[in-house]
Amino acid sequence: MEKRVRELKVDYGPAENIYWVEVLKGLWITNRHFMVNMWRHILHALRIKAEKGAVTFQYPEEHRPIHHRWRGRHRLTVKQNGAMRCTACMMCETICPDECIHIVPGESPDPNVEKFPEEFYVDALRCCFCGLCAEACPLDAIRLDVIEPEICGFTRDIIFNKEFLMGLNNDRPWEEWYIENKTDSKEK
Amino acid sequence: MDTFFLIESVVKIFTMIAAVMGLATILTWVERKQSAVMQDRIGANRADIFGIRIIGLFQPFADAIKMITKEDYIPPFGNKVLHMIAPAIAYIPVMLLFAVIPMGPPLEIGGRIVNTQIANIDIGLLFIFAFGGIAVYGAVIGGWASNNKYALIAAIRTSAQMISYEVCLGLSLIGAIMIYGTVDLSQMIAEQSGHWFGWIPRWGIFIQPLGALLFIPAAIAENKRIPFDLPEAESEIIGYYTEYSGLKGGLFMMTEFIEMVLISALFSVIFLGGWNVPWLEYNGFNFPWGGTWTLNIWVVKGMQFGAYFLKVAVLIYFFTLVRWTLPRFRYDQVMRLGWRYLFPLALINLLITGIAVVLFA
Repeated sequence: MEKRVRELKVDYGPAENIYWVEVLKGLWITNRHFMVNMWRHILHALRIKAEKGAVTFQYPEEHRPIHHRWRGRHRLTVKQNGAMRCTACMMCETICPDECIHIVPGESPDPNVEKFPEEFYVDALRCCFCGLCAEACPLDAIRLDVIEPEICGFTRDIIFNKEFLMGLNNDRPWEEWYIENKTDSKEK
Repeated sequence: MDTFFLIESVVKIFTMIAAVMGLATILTWVERKQSAVMQDRIGANRADIFGIRIIGLFQPFADAIKMITKEDYIPPFGNKVLHMIAPAIAYIPVMLLFAVIPMGPPLEIGGRIVNTQIANIDIGLLFIFAFGGIAVYGAVIGGWASNNKYALIAAIRTSAQMISYEVCLGLSLIGAIMIYGTVDLSQMIAEQSGHWFGWIPRWGIFIQPLGALLFIPAAIAENKRIPFDLPEAESEIIGYYTEYSGLKGGLFMMTEFIEMVLISALFSVIFLGGWNVPWLEYNGFNFPWGGTWTLNIWVVKGMQFGAYFLKVAVLIYFFTLVRWTLPRFRYDQVMRLGWRYLFPLALINLLITGIAVVLFA
């Protein structure tokens, strides 16, 4: 029978076998990290420009730079007269693999349009940001945009309702929004 | 028994308890922050009072509030009485050990010499061995009384490890005892003042390097911290305090930090000359190249207190560094290291020291 497990043979030298030498090496590495980072933190505390002492982003106050191909925030588009584009055809709710979209359809006030969503909820905690809803939509009514969703902030209001989803109330392409809020990693 | 002695003792006891508990509280913060900085992180800094967060120093208060308000769960079918008193059994002997640890140099107040030990007894180090041996019972009883398999395994591991390393700990210090000719800790520090050839400080680490090297792993093992944290081993068994919640579990945690202060103080007393500063004598600095810097006696005492504290702080930094660097040993590795390497090396150290003492003394 074919041997399927590859044996890993490591030749330990005398330094590894004594163990103390390797322990001291490891301690030296962690100690060096501590000293370098501490020095940078002290420089920062003294308002002297230095490299960051930690790789942490302090999330609610400090956001990671997002890439320009990021799609993280749901948005419902509107027509030029301010009415919703969505006709509550339920395509997005049907295709959604996480079942995070919930639509309550109703009769539209516009005589030319049959239906519109009375309520439109997106549970951002369930959403996996696959973008299938935007792909399924026949009217370009739902989109995913470059904005970062506030999922893990302090408030945790993460079931987006219709007003919130239309909050970016415009029909602009995402490039315009992106130019206004330059958050590309290359820019930093 | 006069009034002065009474006041002196009470002041010393309160100072010592405040210092040790304060240090242990700050150590919870130090442990978090030091590990964070070592790992390029920031660490706990969110706890605030009215929006003021001084680099996370309020975190211990948040911890305390959390522990006090937690449900105090006593497992059914366990031994309830022993489960209740086990944290105290672990905590009290460790606190008792600080009775013989000196806080600083002896002071002269009103024509009387005041020792900064709480109990100035001749058997200092033996007292520490005796009560350090009792400290194992807290963990063992706590693990057994919880009626939990993992806690019981941890208790068995604790007893095996602590008793094994107690031997190495004792033997690594016997060389130092032979050279100083005393077990009284302040007497030991007095023996380490002065210099060889006029410039090398007479610290224990220079005549007992092997003893110091063996003391460190044995002390960490006694302290039950990584890399010898088999009694806890969060990732495999949760430890002897699996069934402890709230302040009782917190007391076990505090005991660990207090033990860390203890072994740091012990190492600096026995091997690093306690409060001795190189070339600092009662009248000031006497440099080996001939210069003299005369200082007030109180400035000298203050510097000695500072030096002692600095030594303890550096050692605590070192022990925390070890705890966040090394991975945990396997159980057989711990036993092999203890009995097959540390124990014979300690005996060899004892033999060499004995020969040297006979030849040169």
